[in-house]
Amino acid sequence: MSEFLFEYLPILIFIFIALALAVGMTLLSFVVGDSQPDQEKLSAYECGFEAFDDARGRFDVRFYLVAILFIIFDLEVAFLFPWAVTLGKIGLFGFWSMMIFLTVLTIGFIYEWKKGALEWE
Amino acid sequence: MLNNIYNIFFIPEIFLACSSFVCLLFGLFLKKNAFRQTSNLAVFVLLLTILLVYYDSESNFANYKSLFSHSSFINFFKILALLGSIASIIISKDYFLGIKLKNFEIPVLFLFSTLGMMLMIASNNLMSMYLAIELQSLSLYVAAAIKRDSISSAESGVKYFILGALSSGILLYGFSLIYGFTGSMNFNEISFYLSKYDNLNLGLIFGLVFVMVGLAFKVSAVPFHMWTPDVYEGAPNSITGFFAIVPKIAAVALIYRFCLVPFENFYLEWSQIILFLSIASMFLGAIAAIAQSNIKRLLAYSSIGHIGYILIALVAANDDGIKAASIYMFSYMIMNVAIFAILLSLKVKNEYLINISDLKGLSKSNPIVSLSISIIMLSMAGIPPFIGFFGKFYVFIAAIEQELYVLSVLGVLASVISAFYYLRIIKIMYFDEGKSEGIINFQISFQSKIILFLSLFLIICFIFYPSLLINISASLTI
Amino acid sequence: MVLYSLTFYLFSSVAVLSALMVISAKNPVHSVLFLILSFVNASGLFVLLGAEFLAMILVVVYVGAVAVLFLFVVMMLDINFVKLREGFLQYLPFGALLGIVLVIELGILFLTDRSSNIYNNQTPLQPIVNEVENTKMIGQILYTEYFYLFQICGIILLVAMIGSITLTLRDKGGVKRQNIDSQNTVDASTAIEKKKVKIGEGI
Repeated sequence: MSEFLFEYLPILIFIFIALALAVGMTLLSFVVGDSQPDQEKLSAYECGFEAFDDARGRFDVRFYLVAILFIIFDLEVAFLFPWAVTLGKIGLFGFWSMMIFLTVLTIGFIYEWKKGALEWE
Repeated sequence: MLNNIYNIFFIPEIFLACSSFVCLLFGLFLKKNAFRQTSNLAVFVLLLTILLVYYDSESNFANYKSLFSHSSFINFFKILALLGSIASIIISKDYFLGIKLKNFEIPVLFLFSTLGMMLMIASNNLMSMYLAIELQSLSLYVAAAIKRDSISSAESGVKYFILGALSSGILLYGFSLIYGFTGSMNFNEISFYLSKYDNLNLGLIFGLVFVMVGLAFKVSAVPFHMWTPDVYEGAPNSITGFFAIVPKIAAVALIYRFCLVPFENFYLEWSQIILFLSIASMFLGAIAAIAQSNIKRLLAYSSIGHIGYILIALVAANDDGIKAASIYMFSYMIMNVAIFAILLSLKVKNEYLINISDLKGLSKSNPIVSLSISIIMLSMAGIPPFIGFFGKFYVFIAAIEQELYVLSVLGVLASVISAFYYLRIIKIMYFDEGKSEGIINFQISFQSKIILFLSLFLIICFIFYPSLLINISASLTI
Repeated sequence: MVLYSLTFYLFSSVAVLSALMVISAKNPVHSVLFLILSFVNASGLFVLLGAEFLAMILVVVYVGAVAVLFLFVVMMLDINFVKLREGFLQYLPFGALLGIVLVIELGILFLTDRSSNIYNNQTPLQPIVNEVENTKMIGQILYTEYFYLFQICGIILLVAMIGSITLTLRDKGGVKRQNIDSQNTVDASTAIEKKKVKIGEGI
C-alpha cells in the first residue's frame, strides 16, 4: 500500500509547498504591509459608477445543453482509460465490447447532429 | 460462447435495445408524421420482443456471468411489462397528437424505459439491478417533463427526478453495506453466503433496510409515496398512464426477487418492513383518495393502495404469494389500461377530463362509456365477478394460508374503505344532476378501441375461464 | 505512517470544512468553488485508499465537468438566493436530526464490525493488495466480465443525451443558417437575373 503511495509523494510535497506559499504570502502581506482602511477606498471611484444590476443575468439554455453534452462525452472518455491500458489483455472480446459502446454513443451523436443541438445560431 | 453470433440478437433484451436504436434513427430521419410512425414501429418492436420472451431461447450468453437471471416468474413479469407498454403507447398516441406533443422521442423513451424494466425484472446482481433501475427511471424523468411549456409538467419531472435520485442514493448505500458485509454482489452468492448464518448482523440489517426503503420509493409504498400524486397530476395524462401501468410491474417483480432470492432465509427481518409498508399503503391509499377531486390524483392513491395488497402477498412469502402477486399484477395492469384508455379519449369542453365532478350526468349522454367506467371501478374495488376480485381473493388466500389473519382482516377493511371512492365515481356519473350533453365528448381511435374492448373483455369474462391465468401463475418459480 | 495519517487528516478536514462552506457561503458562486475544493480533497482521500482510478475520475468528471455545469446553472438561473436561504434555519433541526441518525448508524456499524458473527470464522474481506494497478484491474473485468453492465452504461448515456436535447433544445424561428450545399451548387441561372433597364428609369 505505502509503496504505491510513495509514487504520489511529489504531488504531496507540491501541495505542501503550494499551501505554504499561499498561506505565507497572505500572512506576510497581512503582517508586514501597511494597512489604513478607509470607507472611500471601497467605493466606486471617479469614472466608475454604482452597479445598475446584479451581474448574474440569465444565460441562454444552450450553454447548459452544451455543458451536459460535454459531460456525457467526458464520461465516455472516462470509460476509455482502463480500456486503453488493458487492451492487450482483454483480447478481441474486450475490443469489440468497447466498439459496441462507442457505436451506441455514435448513434447519440448522430441524433444530436441531426437535431441541430450542436449548431449555434 | 460466440459460436453462433446471430443467436445473440434473439435474446429479448438485446433485440429490444438494438431496435430502440433503430427506432431512434428511424424517427430522426423521417420528415413527416415522425411521431405516429415511430410509435407504430415501437409497438411492432415490443410485439416481437414478447414473442422472443415467450419462445425464449435460453442461450448461454443471456446468462453470461449470471448478471441476469432466468425463470418463469421473470418471463411472466417481462411479458406483463411489455404488454402494458404496448397498450399504453397505443392508447396515448391520439392524446399526444391532440395536445400537439409530437416528439418522436416519446415512444423511443418508452422503449428504453421498457428495456430498463425488463433488465430490472431479470437482474440477479446488485450492480445490474442498480443500472437497470437507473435506465428505467432516467427515461421516465424525461417523459414526465416532456411538455416543456407547462409548468406542472416540469414540476412533476423535477419532483420525480429529485426523489428518484434520493431513492437511488439510499439504494446504493444499502448495496454498499450488503456488498461490504457479504463480499458479493450476486444474488445467489449472497444467499449462499448468508445461509451459513442464523441471523443477520447489524450492518446487513441496515443494508437491507436501506435497500427496502429505496425499493419502496420505486413501488411508491407508504411512507415513501409522496411523489406519486404530484407526479401523476403534473405529467401529461398519457405519461401518467404509462407511469401507472408499467413501472409498477417491474418494481414489484424486483422487490419480490430481492426479498426472496438473496434474503430468502431471513424472512423475519424483511417481512416486518414489508408488513408495515403494506398496511400503511392500503390504508393511506384508501383514505387519502376519498378527498381527491382530480381523477389523476385519485388514481395515484388507488395505485398506492393496490401496491399495499400486492405486498401482503409478499409477506405471505409462499408459492401462493407469488401466484397471487402475478394474478394481482395482471388484473392491475388490465384495469389501469382500461381506465386510461377511456380517460385519454374523454374531452370536457375540448379539454381532456381532469376533474371528477365533470363526470356528472355522463350516464345520460354516454351510457356505454359510463357503464365501462363503472365496471372498471367495481373491478378496482374488488367486487366479484370482475377480475379485480380475483386479484384480491388470491392475495387473501395466500395470507390466510400463512396464518396472517390480522393482516388479511386489515386488508379487507381497507378494501371496504376504498370501495367508497370507487363507488362515488359511479354515483357521480349516474345520480348527480348535471348537463353533460354536448359538453363531454368521447372520441377514440380504432386501435385504442381494440385495446379498450380487449381489456374490458378480460375484466368481465375472466370469471368464465380463470384457470388459464391461474394455472400459469401457479407454475411460476422465482 | 505519520505522513499517511497527516495527509488523511489534512484532506478529510479540508473536505468537511469546504462541504460546510458549500451550504453556508453567501455567494452561490463561492459555494460552487468550495464544492470543487471538496471534490479535490475527496479525490485525495481516494488516492490514500488506493483507488487511483476513482480519484482521477473524480477530478476529470466532477471537477472538470459537473462543477462547471453547476456554475452554469447558478449563473443561468436568476434566483434570489437570499430568499432561498430564509428557510435554512427552519429546516436546520430536521436536517440535524437526519445527520445525527446517520452518525449514530455509522458508529454502530463501526463498533459491531469486529464482534459480529459473520466474521467469526473467517478473515475479513479486504481490498485486494495491488500487484496489478488499479486502473488495469478495473479494465480487466469491466469490458469482459461486466460486458452487459458496460453496455447498459452506454445506453444510459444515450438516454441522457436524448433527454437533455428533448428538454432543452428549442428551434428559434427566423434563424438563417449557412447551407454549404446550396451555396456550392449555385449557378448563373439562379444567381443572376438579367433585366432590361430603360434609359432614365430605375428597376
